[in-house]
Amino acid sequence: MLILTCPYCGVAADETELAPGGEAHLTRAGVESSDEDFEAYLFQRKNPKGVHFERWRHANGCGKWFHAARCTVTNEVFGTYPAQTLEPPKEILDEIVARRPGWTLETGP
Amino acid sequence: MSARRIDGGRLIDRTKPLRFTFNGRKMEGFQGDTLASALLANGQMLVGRSFKYHRPRGIVTAGPEEPNALVNLGKDKRFEPNARATTTELFDGLEARSQNHWPSLERDIGVLNDRFARFLPAGFYYKTFIHPRPFWKHVFEPFIRQSAGLGQAPRHRDGDTYEHVNVTVDVLVSGGGISGLAAALAAGKAGARVLLVEQSAHWGGRLDDAPDIDGQPAETWVAETVAALTNLENVTVKLRTTHSGVYDHGYCLAVERLTDHDPLGPGPRQRLWKVRAGRIVAATGAIERPLSFAGNDLPGVMLAAAVRDYLTGYGVAPGRRTVVVTNNDDGYRTAFALKDQGLEVPLILDARSDPGPVAEAARELGLKVAPGKGLAGVSGKGRVEKAAVAAIDGSGAVLDELACDCIAMAGGWSPAVHLWSHAGGKLHWDETDAMFVPDPDKPPLGADGKAMVRCVGAAAGELGAAEALETGWAAGLWAATETGHKPKRGAGPKAEPDEETPIAPVWVMPRGADPEKRAKMWLDYQNDVKVSDVELAQREGYESVEHTKRYTTLGMATDQGKLSNINGLAVLADARGEPIPAVGTTTFRPPYTPLTMGAIAGEARGDLFQPIRRTPMHEHHERMGAHWEPVGHWRRPYAFPRSGESVEEAVNREIVNTRQNVGLLDASTLGKILVKGPDAARFLDMLYTGMMSSLKPGRCRYGLMCSENGFLIDDGVVARIDEDTFLCHTTTGGADRIHAHMEEWLQTEWWDWQVHTLNITEAWAQIGVVGPKARDLLEALGGMDLSEEALPFMSWADGEIGGFKARIYRISFSGELSYEIAVDAGHGAALWEACLDAGESLGVMPYGTEALHVMRAEKGFIMIGDETDGTVIPQDLGLSWAISKKKDDYLGKRAQDRLFMTDPNRWKLVGLETLDGSVLPEGAYAVDDSKNANGQRETQGRVTSTYYSPSLKRGIAMGLVRHGPDRMGEVLTFPGVDGTETKARIVEPVFLKEAGA
Ligand SMILES: [Zn+2]
Repeated sequence: MLILTCPYCGVAADETELAPGGEAHLTRAGVESSDEDFEAYLFQRKNPKGVHFERWRHANGCGKWFHAARCTVTNEVFGTYPAQTLEPPKEILDEIVARRPGWTLETGP
Repeated sequence: MSARRIDGGRLIDRTKPLRFTFNGRKMEGFQGDTLASALLANGQMLVGRSFKYHRPRGIVTAGPEEPNALVNLGKDKRFEPNARATTTELFDGLEARSQNHWPSLERDIGVLNDRFARFLPAGFYYKTFIHPRPFWKHVFEPFIRQSAGLGQAPRHRDGDTYEHVNVTVDVLVSGGGISGLAAALAAGKAGARVLLVEQSAHWGGRLDDAPDIDGQPAETWVAETVAALTNLENVTVKLRTTHSGVYDHGYCLAVERLTDHDPLGPGPRQRLWKVRAGRIVAATGAIERPLSFAGNDLPGVMLAAAVRDYLTGYGVAPGRRTVVVTNNDDGYRTAFALKDQGLEVPLILDARSDPGPVAEAARELGLKVAPGKGLAGVSGKGRVEKAAVAAIDGSGAVLDELACDCIAMAGGWSPAVHLWSHAGGKLHWDETDAMFVPDPDKPPLGADGKAMVRCVGAAAGELGAAEALETGWAAGLWAATETGHKPKRGAGPKAEPDEETPIAPVWVMPRGADPEKRAKMWLDYQNDVKVSDVELAQREGYESVEHTKRYTTLGMATDQGKLSNINGLAVLADARGEPIPAVGTTTFRPPYTPLTMGAIAGEARGDLFQPIRRTPMHEHHERMGAHWEPVGHWRRPYAFPRSGESVEEAVNREIVNTRQNVGLLDASTLGKILVKGPDAARFLDMLYTGMMSSLKPGRCRYGLMCSENGFLIDDGVVARIDEDTFLCHTTTGGADRIHAHMEEWLQTEWWDWQVHTLNITEAWAQIGVVGPKARDLLEALGGMDLSEEALPFMSWADGEIGGFKARIYRISFSGELSYEIAVDAGHGAALWEACLDAGESLGVMPYGTEALHVMRAEKGFIMIGDETDGTVIPQDLGLSWAISKKKDDYLGKRAQDRLFMTDPNRWKLVGLETLDGSVLPEGAYAVDDSKNANGQRETQGRVTSTYYSPSLKRGIAMGLVRHGPDRMGEVLTFPGVDGTETKARIVEPVFLKEAGA
């Protein structure tokens, strides 16, 4: 059972307090989007073996959505940050590189 | 008392005799005995029958790894199957029965299976019972059901209580042997919060073998260390507590047995500890391995260390004349202990050709040692009577035969690495010591990406006392440092190292044994898996250890292969001609030993199973004899049956009365979410398919909500309170989900929009006053103007009614004239009673959810969860009128344009009328004439709602049908599960045309 620190209320929350929300930093494809782009937005998810940015909600706590950077292999957590952002903050990226030298942020879908 | 009780026994108190029964026979033991030691003391070696062949089985071990000595314990409300006699502490009045036999333990009919053993090889379930098909039902299944099964399922509700406790600690130390004690002491002295758990009732582990520690007897050191730990405020120590599993990020479960050994004691029977640990020190010891020789499952064949435990711990001699067979130095300790008690040891068989100093020591004591020898087999009627000696490397030619009543087998040790492996720690094969040990380079990792578990002592493959203390102390310092503590300088406890001659691995004894012998060598006692079964599995292509395990069922019984796994995979490796590490191990999964269902459930049973939500009128409904229906966590009245009336009759009465007079509905559970802010209208335009921004304050509008995938997820009436404020009604079950849906979009997509949402469902009590006389009832209550002019359909107003401050909505879900009156939750019960009083002369009656459902179906209104199932879009339900064509965007809009969603072949909503007036079965499918590739009839539609309509006096249904709206008047066929067919005509989904809101 994971434990993640909610960046809003500061609580180190057990997984039972949290609701998962899948991949973070998706860009909503609007009404004008092509079938391919919209399909990618709805269904095509990254499934990395390693660093993953993901959404969580402190559902049985303060109710806020936040993001976590977590290694899908070892469950190592590099950090959590508020969901009101379009990309991972620099301090999170620095932390990942410090622990996973040579890692780079994959951009695009 | 039996002649098998001898001197000594540091764990028993001979001044406290206890009485117990086994299969109804009266027996006696002492305080401190386990059930197993007491049975042995009473000469009861036969304790059960094996699963497949029903072979007689005796006690093999003295710990939780026991595969054979499983008993039904207790009776009635305190009955537990599969209790391990080796870990069950004896108490006065204990009742135990052996399992898996019929009609009796001594005379078992299933032993016939044993005669047919060659017809029941590995994979026999897969192979034998496939053909001929009819045999399965009439021959094979009854036979298997008669003979299979371990223990009995309890027939009564569990009479005991259980509890859960949550703790967060810096360091969890698992195992109270000397290594675990050293670890707890090191971490505790450094100031870390430590929880030390020990599965047995005693500290110190297998103390009898231990050398002096820090110059004093080990037993003294243990007592002093436990006292020191108890005095530390930051340390908690728990006996009888099994650490059963390690999960992600240091989450652990441990179960404490509080009154299992003292059933009359106060408090709960067991306590489940949910522990969040910073670091975990696994001082879980090692498990001795059996040796695979022919007849090694005969009662009287025991692990050497278990024989020693019964001698020194409980003062019980499992045998009078014990042959020791070993491949390492440890087996000699048992021979010495036997000799020390004056018991006969005719021969020590040592697989090693040069056993070294330990054999010399044995000879000096007058013991006879046979190097390079092993057992060709053991034999006897129902228990060991004779041992046959053979050269270890030969094929089993018998060199000598010895009379004996016990075999002590020492096959080496397997570290108990379970906790290390549960959360992903890897193992490596130690060639010298012939064991899998934790690979320190591949530990399970915590949230910080660092090792969270460390194994110490025997669990790390360090079998000596000196190393156990050293690794334990070091791990305690590590765990304290890692969790932010600064240990003071100081030396840990010390003992003299002990030199041993290396083990000589023996996986099959003798190594060249012929197939006939291999078919009598048991690997898994509980599931009856033999050396020959694993070899057969390999020949048949089951090369992967995981496949072999499932094909043979090796290690799949309740002991989870604690004795059999390593031997089994060594045999598999040999059959594959590969080294053991190339074969690998199966996955270790929690729990380490089985947990009771009671401990898992804890307090969550009966009334405490889950919270129940009650409306403010709940007690009133209860007094009226409501028949309840669970809706989410709510309890809602399904109907209000009167005396002598069936539930069905009550529903019909409620419907007729509501349509003719007036009915009352407790609508308090309806979800109510306040949406407020400058961007509230814009937000709701995105959330609903319809236009909400154009709604005028004081008016209501029906709305549909879809997911981004386009599927309909909820519906309800939205009331605009003022320019910035809306009240969104959701379905009863949808309030929390829809509120979360709103928050998700607000927080993660439109976080710059100024909108606030609040789930105020429970703040209001809401009563539906429904029927042609609804207005008459409200006028009788007196208060605000509720005329058509003052409050037209789909509007709301604040005011006062019958002296209550209320908000009244003119909305309808039944087609009838209808008002929903919302008041402060605290006034709900009073308003309900006031309505009943005011409407008495009008014939008012409360109605429940079933009447609500029937009335909405009579009018063709959809119900979320009936007409929708997560794959249905509004367009399927004829709800295009509720989708705004003027809006650029809403959640689900783009998805509803996808090819699959606009497919004209999608099933669409219609009404269904049976030709004979009967009620269609729920969920029935309409078939057409074509067949699919499997020869099944293709379907063309299904029933989504089906009821008896008392208004129309016939069955009515709604359903989704391919091209349905274009096929009015066509007749469909609905096959039932009972072979009958029902025919129904496609009609408009509005069954009741008259009556108006
Ligand atoms: Zn929070």
